[in-house]
Amino acid sequence: MSTENNILVRLKDAGIKQNDKWLVKGVSLEINKGKIVTLIGPNGSGKSTTAKIALGIYKEFDGIVEKFTNKIGYVPQKISIDWTLPLRVADFMILTDNLASRDINEALKLTGVDHLIDKSLGNLSGGEFQRVLLARAISRKPDLLVLDEPVQGVDFSGEIALYQLIKKISEKLNCGILLISHDLHTVMSATDHVVCLNGHVCCSGSPIDVAKDKEYKALFGEQASQTLSIYEHKHDHIHPNDGDIKKD
Amino acid sequence: MLDDFFIRALVAGIGIAFVAGPLGCFVVWRRLSYFGDTLAHSALLGVTIAYSLEFNIAASIFLISSVIALILIQLQKKTNLPSDALLGLLAHSSLAVGLVVIGFLTFIRFDIMGLLFGDILAVSKKDLVTIWVGGSLILLVLKLIWRPLFASTVNYELAQAEGLKPDRAKAVFTILLAAIIAISIKLVGVLLITGMLIIPTAMARNLSDNPQKMVFFSIIGGLLSVLIGLFSSLEFNTPSGPSIITAALILFILSLFKIKQSIKLKN
Repeated sequence: MSTENNILVRLKDAGIKQNDKWLVKGVSLEINKGKIVTLIGPNGSGKSTTAKIALGIYKEFDGIVEKFTNKIGYVPQKISIDWTLPLRVADFMILTDNLASRDINEALKLTGVDHLIDKSLGNLSGGEFQRVLLARAISRKPDLLVLDEPVQGVDFSGEIALYQLIKKISEKLNCGILLISHDLHTVMSATDHVVCLNGHVCCSGSPIDVAKDKEYKALFGEQASQTLSIYEHKHDHIHPNDGDIKKD
Repeated sequence: MLDDFFIRALVAGIGIAFVAGPLGCFVVWRRLSYFGDTLAHSALLGVTIAYSLEFNIAASIFLISSVIALILIQLQKKTNLPSDALLGLLAHSSLAVGLVVIGFLTFIRFDIMGLLFGDILAVSKKDLVTIWVGGSLILLVLKLIWRPLFASTVNYELAQAEGLKPDRAKAVFTILLAAIIAISIKLVGVLLITGMLIIPTAMARNLSDNPQKMVFFSIIGGLLSVLIGLFSSLEFNTPSGPSIITAALILFILSLFKIKQSIKLKN
């Protein structure tokens, strides 16, 4: 299904070693236009690290990373802004790119924070800041979006709305999305392909396949598997397997 | 007009203020004030080399400061010492070596006070050309690297991920810092150049809610400091560097009242 020119990023056997310890090892995955790939796994399993390898943030790593686009939007997991720097939302939005004010407003409106445009970043709440981060990433209409826990600190109803927005953006912009999340239930409903990490790739495939996988059950427990099954019943269509992933 | 030493000092000071404002903002934002100090201290060594080899002073300072910056990067990689200790080591040893070398160069008469604290009489017409041409170049390059430098100041990983090459911007910025030290040493002096970079900027921070405003106010602050400082230097026969920095300090103190006011307004 994925032809060569739909590929945005491809990782082949990628990994990174720090102080003789592998943070993550042997990760292979590819992100295609219009598809959402989700990384799941326990704390310290190398999700953020994998995303950073794909983004080219590390200079030294193992394996091969091929990037076919430079138009990237990134929402990091942690971001601390130094308050010696006076910065309003409006300044933050044009941090890495020149944007028309119409695009800025549109993006902020989509994430529901357009009223905050003249506020100082330091005065935002955690959830508001997260929405601004997401707005900034989508405002440049990127080919590839990398979202590292993009809804942390957002209220419950907002969380669902933002995940729906992410899904909508991937369709509207036809961009590929690499998503990292802990929220299995919500994430799975929007994902095309799941990669389950625990220092290495435990299992990967469509959400349904991964939920049935023994290693997945061992990692997240029986209940998580049921969560996915419940979701499966709500669903009215079946995700086709991408084909390039090992099957049980 | 430029035959009058005071006019020359004024023209030099105004040029320096225009460059020091924007660079100073980055020094404050990136927490580089001690780094700037280290480069400035090493400038004395540059001066002595320039005198003994009869080489251009600004160029010599620029070279030595750049070398010191490179040595610092190497030491950071190869030792387990914290950065502030390494900076202190380089700052004081290069200052000391510079003064020792001056002691040996008995055949040249040095005005050490002038080197350390600036000299209103020392600015020549040639220096004016160096300051204005060099200063314009510094501002031009800063404008070119503004986006990657600013983005990586806010968040390095974001800048790197979205393809802005922050490492290159950082290296270029270090060179710009060495360059402004080289062009402003005569008027402000080795020991006070960092003050010229950060005190007007600190004042500007108190008055600004966005980066452009902060750059603007730090230039205004620098210009006022130079004008007030040089006039009082002429009036009271004080060294030019300390007079400019004292003026900057007074402006900073005044800006604190503005903060108090805005806090009151918020409540």
